[in-house]
Amino acid sequence: MEKKIGVYICTDCEIGKALDIEKLTKVAIEMKAPVVKSHPSLCQKEGVEFIKKDMAQEGVNAVIIAACSPRVNYDVFELGIPLVERVNLREGVVWSHPANDEDTQMMAEDYIRMGLLKMQKMEAPEPYKVEEPSKNVLVVGGGLAGITAANEAAKAGYEVFLVEKNEALGGWMSRIYKQAPTKAPYAEMEEPEINNLIKEVQQNPKVKIYTSSLIEKIDGAPGLYDVTVKRNGGAETFRVGAIVEAAGTVPYDAAKITEFGFGKYPNVITNYMMEAIAAKGTMVRPSDGKPVKSVAFIQCAGQRDEKHLPYCSATCCVESLKQAKYIRNQYPDSKVYIFYRDMRTPGHYEYFYKSMQNDAGVFLTKGDVKGITEDENKNLAVEVENTLLGEKIQVNADLVVLATGMVPVSALGEEILPPGVKPGDEFIPYVMIETDILNLEYRQGGEAPALINGYPDSNFICFPYETRRTGVYAAGSVRAPMDIPSTVADATGAALKAIQCVELTSRGEAVHPRVGDISYAEFFMQKCTQCKRCTEECPFGAINEDEKANPLYNPTRCRRCAICMGACPERIISFKNYSVDMIGNMVKNIEVPEEEEEKPRVIVFACENDAYPALDMVGLNRLQYNSFVRVVPLRCAGSMNLVWVADALSKGIDGILIMGCQYGDDYQCHMATGSYLAKIRLSKVAETLDRLKLESGRVQMEQVSIAEYYKIPKILDEFIKKLEGFGPNPYKGF
Amino acid sequence: MAAEKTKGILVVGGGISGITTAVEAAEVGYEVTLIEKNPYLGGRVAQLNKYFPKLCPPNCGLEINYRRIKSNPRVKIYTSAEVEKVSGAEGDFDVTVKLNPRYVNENCTACRACVDVCPIERPNDFNFGMDKTKAIYLPHDFAFPMRYVIDDKVCKKAECAKCVDACKYNAIDLNMKTQSLSLKAGSIVWATGWKPYDAKKIDNLGFGKYQNVITNMMMERLASQNGPTKGNIIRPSDGKEVSRVAFVQCAGSRDENHLPYCSYICCLASMKQATYVREQYPQAQIFIFYIDVRSPGTRYEKFYKKIQQDENIKFIKGKVAKIEEDPATKDIIVTAEDTQTLQKIHEKVDLVVLAAGMAPSTQESKIPSSVSYDTDGFITSNTGVAGMSAAGCAVKPIDVYSSAQTAAAAALKSIQSLVRR
Repeated sequence: MEKKIGVYICTDCEIGKALDIEKLTKVAIEMKAPVVKSHPSLCQKEGVEFIKKDMAQEGVNAVIIAACSPRVNYDVFELGIPLVERVNLREGVVWSHPANDEDTQMMAEDYIRMGLLKMQKMEAPEPYKVEEPSKNVLVVGGGLAGITAANEAAKAGYEVFLVEKNEALGGWMSRIYKQAPTKAPYAEMEEPEINNLIKEVQQNPKVKIYTSSLIEKIDGAPGLYDVTVKRNGGAETFRVGAIVEAAGTVPYDAAKITEFGFGKYPNVITNYMMEAIAAKGTMVRPSDGKPVKSVAFIQCAGQRDEKHLPYCSATCCVESLKQAKYIRNQYPDSKVYIFYRDMRTPGHYEYFYKSMQNDAGVFLTKGDVKGITEDENKNLAVEVENTLLGEKIQVNADLVVLATGMVPVSALGEEILPPGVKPGDEFIPYVMIETDILNLEYRQGGEAPALINGYPDSNFICFPYETRRTGVYAAGSVRAPMDIPSTVADATGAALKAIQCVELTSRGEAVHPRVGDISYAEFFMQKCTQCKRCTEECPFGAINEDEKANPLYNPTRCRRCAICMGACPERIISFKNYSVDMIGNMVKNIEVPEEEEEKPRVIVFACENDAYPALDMVGLNRLQYNSFVRVVPLRCAGSMNLVWVADALSKGIDGILIMGCQYGDDYQCHMATGSYLAKIRLSKVAETLDRLKLESGRVQMEQVSIAEYYKIPKILDEFIKKLEGFGPNPYKGF
Repeated sequence: MAAEKTKGILVVGGGISGITTAVEAAEVGYEVTLIEKNPYLGGRVAQLNKYFPKLCPPNCGLEINYRRIKSNPRVKIYTSAEVEKVSGAEGDFDVTVKLNPRYVNENCTACRACVDVCPIERPNDFNFGMDKTKAIYLPHDFAFPMRYVIDDKVCKKAECAKCVDACKYNAIDLNMKTQSLSLKAGSIVWATGWKPYDAKKIDNLGFGKYQNVITNMMMERLASQNGPTKGNIIRPSDGKEVSRVAFVQCAGSRDENHLPYCSYICCLASMKQATYVREQYPQAQIFIFYIDVRSPGTRYEKFYKKIQQDENIKFIKGKVAKIEEDPATKDIIVTAEDTQTLQKIHEKVDLVVLAAGMAPSTQESKIPSSVSYDTDGFITSNTGVAGMSAAGCAVKPIDVYSSAQTAAAAALKSIQSLVRR
C-alpha cells in the first residue's frame, strides 16, 4: 500500500504562541507531505478525531504528530496504525527555548523536516515468526533452584526438561540435616523442604527428568534451541524455547585456607562436612568419635578475603547459628563459640540470631581468629584477637567448623576473553568462563558471560533477570549467593522469564528492554565483507558466523538495540523502521546556515533510554538549552554509525555530541556495552576528521542519566563554546 | 495458552514490586490491572536519589518500566485507588476498588498554569514535609502519570476555583467524587510495600525534637536534584553546609521495643548516603555507628570495601546511646560506646541521619482479605489464600533487586492461578 503521510501540527501548550505555524506548515508542504494541517489541541478528543477523519476519508496511513514528547499521550495517539511518528515541538522546542525567536523557529522547522524524512524512510515492521516455536523450558541443574523452576514452570502448563549431572536430584539441599527457619516466628529449624519438592517434580508428568546427564551442546536460539544431552554413553536431542541455568555452587576448597589447619588437623572441618556429621545422628568428631561438646565456628573462613573469596556468601552466619543449634539440641552441656566479623542475619533471621544469643551455651563475639593449635589428643585451641571482650582469648574446642563459602559452578573453568582482548584492557566486552554447563553453540562462547566473581548475575538492580543471553536465565546460587527463600523466589522468577521469553518469541516480539518491538535486523549480505564487527560487538551473542565468517543472524536472540547496525562499516544492517539510511537522511537534511550567519549547528545523538528522557525533563522543567542543537534519538548510543558523523560534518554541521548511558564497571547502558562501543567508535573517528581536515574535538561523548537532566544545558553550552573556538566548519555551503 | 484466559491479574501496589509484577505478567500475555493509592506510580523508589551499590538513578529503571506499561495495552493502571473489598475465590475474585478523586482529568497537559494561580500551600509529603507545594501540584517531576492532582484536605474548591479559570483544557473538575469500580480478577498480588518506621518513637535519638536529626529517607530527598533543596545537603535548622555527619544504624531495627527484625537495607543505604555527602563536601567527615555491617553477597561486599577505603568515613561498632543538641549551635552530640575499644565516644556533628527501618505498610492498615500476617505485620510468604500471593517488602524487608525477583515470582504464581482454572 502506498504511504500517504499526514502531518498534524498542534498549536496548544504554547506551541502556537511561540512558533510561526504557517511557516512550519510550509516546510512540510515543501517536503511534499500530501496532508499538512494544524489543530488547536490534538491530544483532546476532537484532535484525535480530526486525525482519524483524515485516515478514514483521505486515506492518510502514516501520521506525524508534531506536538508534545512521545513520552506523554502515548495512549491518546494510539491510532491503530504502525506508522506514527512524534515530532517533539513542546518539550523539545518551545518549553526549552525562547518564544518567537528565529533560532527556535529554525529548530522546529528542522524537526518537522527530520520527522518527515524519517517517516518517508520508515516501513511498517512485520514480526519475525518462527514456525512452530517450542515453548518448552530446559532447566539445567536439579538442586533447589532447578527443581523449583521446573515445578513452577510446569504448574503454569509448560513442558520442562530437567537435566542434572548427578545420579540423584536435590543438590546441596539434599545433604543438609535441617534448614534454617523460613517461617514465623523464625526461631525453629525446619525439615528440609527439598524432599517434598523432589517428589513433586518426579510426579509431574510435564517434567521430563534426566539424571546423570550432561548438556553436550545447545544449538539455536529462543524458541528453537536444540539441546543434546549425554546420558549413559548415549545422546538424546530435544527442542526447547528457553533455558533456566540453575547449576548451583560448590564449596570453596578449604584446603586452600591453610591458616586454620584444615587438612592438617582432623577435627577442623567445614560447614558442609558438619551437615553430614549432624545427619548421621550422634554428633562426634572425626579423629576419635568423641561427642563434640565444645565447638568453635570460624565465620568468613576464606571469605571477604582477597586471598580467597573476596565476597560474602550471604548464608554462612545463619548456617553456623543453625549448626550451633544442632549441637546445643543434642548436648545440653555443650558450649558453642561463634567468632564472626559481622553477624549477618538480615531480615527475619534476626529472630533466630536473637534466640541463639539468649542461649547461655552459645558464646558469640566479633573477633579475628589468629591461629589454631592441636594437642596430642587432637583437641584444638583457637586463639582470637580483637574480641568484644577487649582482649585476646583462647578457646579449647573438640571441633572447629570453618564457615567456608560457595563458588558458583559457572566460575569453574578457564576464563577466555574475546579475540583481541587482553586482561586489563580498558574495555572488556564480556568475560566468558568455559565450564561445560550450557555448551551453547554461540560464536561468543558457550556460556552466559560472568558478571562478578564468576557469577552470571544481572548487572541491573531494577532488572535482576536482565541477561546477556536472550532466553537464558540464571537462577539460584549460581547467579549470586543466596539463602533458601531467595533461591525459591529467584527460581520461580527465572521460570517466569523463560515462559515470557517463549511467549514473546512466539509472537515475534523482542524481550526486555525493547520488549514488544517487532522490528528485527535485516542483512544485505551481498555487500558483507566478513569483517566480523557485528558478530563481535553484539552484546547478546545474537550473531553466529559460518566458516567463511559470514554473519548468521538469529532474530529470536536479538534485542533490537541495533548495535550491529552501528558497527557495520558497509551499512548492510537495517531495520524496517530504523536504518543507517534513515538517520543519515535526517542528518543530511538539517538546514545549515551560511557561515556569516553565525548560527552553528550541533547534532545530539541521544540514547532513547536515558538521554532522550533527560532532554525531555529539561523541557518539562522549563530549563533552556541552546537552540543550535538538533536532537536525534537513537535506540542505543551503540547503534551510532560513524557514517552519520562523516555525513554531518561534510554537510557543515559544526559538532556532534553523543549522549549515552554511563559505561565502565557500573555501566548503566541497558544494552550492556552500547555506550562504551559508541565511545570507542568515536575515538576512532579522528581519522575521518583528519581526512576532512577538522578538529577531533568537534565530536564528543557525554554520559548522561535521566536524573542528570539539569546538567544538560551546561554540557551543551560548553560544547558549543568549544566549537566556537574551532570556528565554523569549513564545509558549510559545499 | 496465554491469550485465551479472560480473567486477569490484579496487582495491588504500584511501587517497584507491583510495577514489576504487572509488566512481567502482562509481557507473558495476561491482562493486568495495577492499583496504586498514591496519585503516581513508583512508590518508595521514586523518592530515592540513587540505588546502592551502583549509585545509579532509580528513575532510569522506572522510565524503562513506565515505557513497558505505556507500550503494553494489557496493563491498565489506576492511581489514587484503593482496594476496598475482595470476595470470591481463586480464578474468580470480585474486587471493589475505591477511586479517590484527583480533581484533574486526562485533559491535563502538565502545563503548570494552575499552580501559578493557586493561593494555598501544603506540606510536600513526597519530600517528608521539608518543603511545600500548592494545593494543586505535580507529585514530583518524574511523576507517572504526568498529571496534576489536588489535595482536597486543603483546597477550598468552589470557594476559590482559580485553577479552573486558569486551565484552558477543562482539565480541572472540583466536583469530582469518589468512585467505586468493580472488577473481576483470577488472581491477586499484594505488593503493598513499606513505610519508614516512625523515628519519633525512638526516644533517645532525638528525631522530631532536634531539627538536625533526620531520617535516611529524608536524606534521599535532600540529596535529590528534585528534592526540597535541589540536591544540596544542608542542615534543616539553618541551611548550613555540613562538614561532620553521623549515621546511626539500626535506628529502631533489631530492637525489641521497635522493630525486632533487621531491615536489611539500612547498612548499604547509609554507605550510599555517605557517598552523597562525600561527593558534595570533599572535606566532610562521616561517622557510621553500627552493630554489624550487613553487606551480604558479591556486589554489596565490594561496595562496603570501597567505602571502607575512604579515609573520611569512619565505621564505629557501637550502638548509639544518646543524642543531644547544643542549643546554641543546633549541633548534635552523639554518644556511643565503641564495643571494640570499650571507649565512650562523643562526636559533635552537624547532622545526624537515622537509619530508620522498614515497617510493612500492612502493620497498621490491613488489606481487605483474609491473608495471614506474621507478628510484625508482614504478609506471610504463603498468604494462606489460594490465588493470592505477595511480593516485595510486603513480605519481608528486602532490597530493590530482591523485590524484583519476588515480583517476577509472584507474576508466575498469579499466572498459575489462571491456568489452573
